[in-house]
Amino acid sequence: MPNPTQNPKVGLFVTCLADMFRPSVAFATVKLLEAAGCKVEVPENQTCCGQPAYNSGDKATTADIARQTIEAFDGYEYIVGPSGSCIGMLHYYPDLFEENDPWKKRAEDLKSRAYEITQFLTDIVDFDRINAAFEGTITYHDSCSGLRQLGVKQQPRKLLSKVDNLTLNEMEEAETCCGFGGTFCVKYPDISNRMVSNKTQYISDSGATTLVGGDLGCLLNMAGKLKREGKQIQARHVVEILAGMTDTPAIGEAEYELANEL
Amino acid sequence: MQIKSPQFKENARIALHNVELQEALGQFKHGFPVNRANAIKRLPEFEDLRDEARDLKNHIIQNLDIYLEQFEDNVVKNGGHVHWCSTAEDANKAILDICKQVDAKTITKGKSMVSEETGLNEYLEANGVRPVETDLGEYILQLRDDHPSHIIAPAIHLNVNDVSETFHEHHKRPKTGDPQALMKEAREVLRKEFVSADVGLTGANFLVAETGSTIIVTNEGNGDLTQTLPKTHIVITSIEKVVPTLEDMSLFLRLLARSATGQEFTVYNTLSTGPKRDTDQDGPENFHVVLVDNGRSEMVGTEFQDMLRCIRCSSCMNHCPVYGAVGGHSYGWVYPGPMGSVLTPKMIGIDKAAHLPNASTSCGKCEEVCPVRIPLPKMMRHWREKEFEKHLTPKTVRFGIAGWAFFAKRPALYRWLARSSAWFMSTVAGKKGRIKKLPLAGGWTDWRDMPAPQGKTFMDQWKAASSAKQQAEK
Ligand code: SF4
Repeated sequence: MPNPTQNPKVGLFVTCLADMFRPSVAFATVKLLEAAGCKVEVPENQTCCGQPAYNSGDKATTADIARQTIEAFDGYEYIVGPSGSCIGMLHYYPDLFEENDPWKKRAEDLKSRAYEITQFLTDIVDFDRINAAFEGTITYHDSCSGLRQLGVKQQPRKLLSKVDNLTLNEMEEAETCCGFGGTFCVKYPDISNRMVSNKTQYISDSGATTLVGGDLGCLLNMAGKLKREGKQIQARHVVEILAGMTDTPAIGEAEYELANEL
Repeated sequence: MQIKSPQFKENARIALHNVELQEALGQFKHGFPVNRANAIKRLPEFEDLRDEARDLKNHIIQNLDIYLEQFEDNVVKNGGHVHWCSTAEDANKAILDICKQVDAKTITKGKSMVSEETGLNEYLEANGVRPVETDLGEYILQLRDDHPSHIIAPAIHLNVNDVSETFHEHHKRPKTGDPQALMKEAREVLRKEFVSADVGLTGANFLVAETGSTIIVTNEGNGDLTQTLPKTHIVITSIEKVVPTLEDMSLFLRLLARSATGQEFTVYNTLSTGPKRDTDQDGPENFHVVLVDNGRSEMVGTEFQDMLRCIRCSSCMNHCPVYGAVGGHSYGWVYPGPMGSVLTPKMIGIDKAAHLPNASTSCGKCEEVCPVRIPLPKMMRHWREKEFEKHLTPKTVRFGIAGWAFFAKRPALYRWLARSSAWFMSTVAGKKGRIKKLPLAGGWTDWRDMPAPQGKTFMDQWKAASSAKQQAEK
């Protein structure tokens, strides 16, 4: 385990989906990092991690984006983001460069500094002073890249266990893919639909009233399906709960609905 | 076998609407994977064995020629013959030639995926030799003029009713829905075939170089009857199945059974070492091994080399959520699931199999359960790279990626794109927080709502907050 300095300088990898769909997730991440004593900055020159190109077999474009990201995060002790899948992509960067390419070393270096948020808090800075409460029963979906590539499994659960009043009911097949898969869900929509339908069934069988996960892609997919099915289950990113920022409407919900419910 | 991989999407659509298939797949999901998990719990050193197996396989692939020659030498020493076949056609021809030599009219067959790969049954039939499948699943499929949808449970897509109908039609006996009775019926019919066949053909799970033996594992015992009763035994198998020693073989057998069905060991493990010796009471008089390459040796030294480690346990497909949704036939050729999505493009051409490596979320479950740790998602991505290089990637995708990349490489423009998209979608959503129908995003909104963006992008909000802070500090 690396030995972090007292107040490590962390570059936030915002991720496209948090930037565009749910800024509150990025703000919650910043809040947690600052609570853990980190000095957080948001490098201007970051865009996407490059997954759409990588998964479509376009290695050259992926490498261009990788170089841009590596440069953007030069000088940060750590790169932390609220997504196992995007951080996982950063971990693939070394594979994009040939052995003697100087970028390979820089990619390796970036990889060694890049962490998913719950993993960073738990494994790197050993932070668990969670100051939040959540009324209700949640169930946790393990997103694939975080789980299998980065080994994110116990970390979010450990942190969630510090949240007051929260109950976690594990669903069956929590580790099975939700069918999002980036462009997969629009390239093979009916297969994706079957997968997400299986998932929403398990989610509602768990008895939870809130679905929690660590990747917005999966959460948008599952929340969208839960809404379409008319299920009364909310969806939130894990950092929103850990940071105590659950006053914003849940994913796919709006202020006025909250007002109506009250 | 007719190639239907180009119609993957259509095949999948039909499969998703096939109620009986969906029922079968639903049950299947709770079978093999659960048994595997339990079997592994009982073997604490399982993970170490996987490492050992991966390393050993890598060593074998590096020295494939040496072990294959040693294997051949020993087969010949034992009085058998080895036929080297670089293509599927060569293999079929070699087998037909042997059949002609012994004037064979009927051959009984144990389950062999390599023979599916070469299209042996169709070839033999067209040349006047009648093949009879003796694995129960394969037998049912043969009667139905159907093909396996799974590499170890070939008829997994059928239910008891299907079998009952098929037997009634072909055996002309009273209909029964009792699985035990159906099994008995098949056994009675097949006994006669076993005894009267001229040639028995089996596959091989492994070839042992040090002894020149081949081994098959079955749970039905049909392989034993297939290979010991007729005068001639032909083994059809592929070159990557060779292992150096019997000891090595047992390592793979331990992994194979647990990964496949969750058994500690498969019920019948049958070794064949040459033809019957003078001192043996029974066994075949002729022993032939047909070694099929069919593109495999070309994989050595490429990004697909790791795929040659595959021991055909089926674990990857048993755990694959895509396979679990669409079943094996959707893949449109012999090998389904993740392993098929890597092998099929090599064997029938990436142009025809273009969908297969793309129809995956890269969830990584297959790699997690593969006993020889094949990085299947990575291999599938390599195929996508090939497709991209060869301009086989659909134009819409290429165009989409190029357009997106233009922005992604220019942070300021990317900010603008995110800002406009967020604004556009929030406007469409109005006060609802989600969108029911979004132009150009039917793939998403036909099936699920699109949660709406919160409003302003994070980058814009962060920047505004930072400059406000700076102002205040001044
Ligand atoms: S790829 Fe691995 S899991 Fe799949 S059949 Fe081969 S050995 Fe088994």
